[in-house]
Amino acid sequence: MNSIKKYLGILWIILALVAGYYLIVSQAIPQFRSGNPEDLVPAIVYTFVLMPIISGGLLIFGWYSLKGEYDSEKM
Amino acid sequence: MMKENGSLEVPPAKGLWKVIGASSLGTLIEWYDFYIFGSLAVIISTKFFPADNPTAAFLSTLATFAAGFVVRPFGALFFGRLGDMIGRKYTFMVTLLIMGLSTVAIGLIPEYKTIGFLAPILVLVLRLLQGLALGGEYGGAATYVAEHAEPHRRGERTSWIQTTASFGLFISLAVILLTRKSMSDEAFMDWGWRVPFLISVIMVVVSYFIRKNMDESPLFKKIKDEGKISANPLKESFGHKFNFKFVLLALFGAAMGQGVVFYTGQFYTLSFLQRVCNIDFDQTNYILGIAIFFGTGLFIFFGWLSDKVGRKAIMMTGMILAVLTYRPIYEKIYNLADTSKKQETVEGFNTSKKREKLLQEDYGAKEVIITTKHSVYDDGTEKKEVIKEYLNPLTEEVVHTENSTAIHLIPKDIWQLIALVFLQVMYVTMVYGPIAAFLVEMFPVNIRYTSMSLPYHIGNGIFGGLMPTVATYLVARAQTANTIAAQAGKDLPFDKPYLEGLWYPIIIIGVSFIIGIIYITNKNAEKAVNTLNKSTNDE
Repeated sequence: MNSIKKYLGILWIILALVAGYYLIVSQAIPQFRSGNPEDLVPAIVYTFVLMPIISGGLLIFGWYSLKGEYDSEKM
Repeated sequence: MMKENGSLEVPPAKGLWKVIGASSLGTLIEWYDFYIFGSLAVIISTKFFPADNPTAAFLSTLATFAAGFVVRPFGALFFGRLGDMIGRKYTFMVTLLIMGLSTVAIGLIPEYKTIGFLAPILVLVLRLLQGLALGGEYGGAATYVAEHAEPHRRGERTSWIQTTASFGLFISLAVILLTRKSMSDEAFMDWGWRVPFLISVIMVVVSYFIRKNMDESPLFKKIKDEGKISANPLKESFGHKFNFKFVLLALFGAAMGQGVVFYTGQFYTLSFLQRVCNIDFDQTNYILGIAIFFGTGLFIFFGWLSDKVGRKAIMMTGMILAVLTYRPIYEKIYNLADTSKKQETVEGFNTSKKREKLLQEDYGAKEVIITTKHSVYDDGTEKKEVIKEYLNPLTEEVVHTENSTAIHLIPKDIWQLIALVFLQVMYVTMVYGPIAAFLVEMFPVNIRYTSMSLPYHIGNGIFGGLMPTVATYLVARAQTANTIAAQAGKDLPFDKPYLEGLWYPIIIIGVSFIIGIIYITNKNAEKAVNTLNKSTNDE
């Protein structure tokens, strides 16, 4: 199980990067550029709230997993 | 509450029920307060956020996003820290008062047409305070009950707190419906919408005095007496790797999936019934209300069961059932309301057209032509389509068109829909019933309020709160793609566009299930219980 967790750690890191790319490139940037004031709030939320929490959190989780922090003996 | 040897003494049953009652009632009121704003959002926006004013519209978006996504986790951090430093009881009394006073104040604010921009700004500030208070309330109530409960019955005891989110929604729907039925539509639009906000004051005062007479959590009192209170709960919770990895595990392996199951089963389903299936507004509220009413007892059942078989088994079963059955459930819901599969009766069809003067100018028009088509189908289903065409006062050209459809289903179909929504509510109870005990058991007493509140509110506020918005966007995108393809004479890219929104919950819950099933062990809970008991015995 410990080795599965380590391999999955790589998956979570990739997922974090994909989520970050999606939030910034597909969502936030087009909304920043739209010029519509209603789009500004979601764009700020995507960039400064969702991205750090979703991508950042998953990235750290994946890193911990890869480094064996979630191995049975450390839990 | 403490024996001489320091171990936790369970309060007598009567005392424990008082603890559960006082905590649950306060949390119920907070959820009620939070939901009525959402349920009355359409009316509130016309009173405080006029759509033709861009600044007001901006403030409206800010109120929606900020209170739902941003402020709740900050409330969790702010009040969680206070709760770990000065006590659970005082902190969740403060959150109750902030929530109650903000709600009543919203009901008293003069409209935009009376005080101008001050109105939307005040609403925004009060809505932010509501979000902050909600972020602090839940962790306090769950911790307070869990720290009074017998360790082997913690799931059952804390599940009462878990009923409050659904029951608060139920009460808010009931109060709004009763208020609407007790007066004319004009009176409700004029001043009646304020009643559900103002009623909150009675509930808050009652709950405040009940909570005021409660004792502090025995475990918190003990660590306080021993001088073991954390000097910096935020640093200890998130700055130390050992604890932070559990915060991340609680978030991604449990709270994230739980939040999305919760919002899909209780909010997206309502939006799907109203906006995608076009079912009559009152019927959809009855469907959800009845399903929640019958489902609420299951929170207690699954909380109790989690004490017997472990929290993980129940929560993960709820998640995997949701992933596997959401598409068939929503397809069945769609088919039940799909009039294209029913035979329209000739004698039931009628249409009418009338021209009306508008009370106030909309889209620059002073008059509107309203065309109403009424259809009856062979099984008794009725459909009412209303087309409003706003006219340019000078040229008589149509400047804006609005279409709305309301499908009125027969009782047999309604009961089938109730069963389908009930199934989703059951999944909610499976993932939500045991989660308070699960989170409490994951973290040590001195930083528990802070550590458990943040993953809970990120899971619910951010991952769950995003669900209806993202799902609605995915459905709209698929429908647009189909329309463009149809116009170009190409094959439709989406076979069932109305189901596209479900990819968000299926993927998020699926990821949470994989993380939960592989990384979470019941050993975490056992270890936490031992730590908890140890903290009362020998620290």
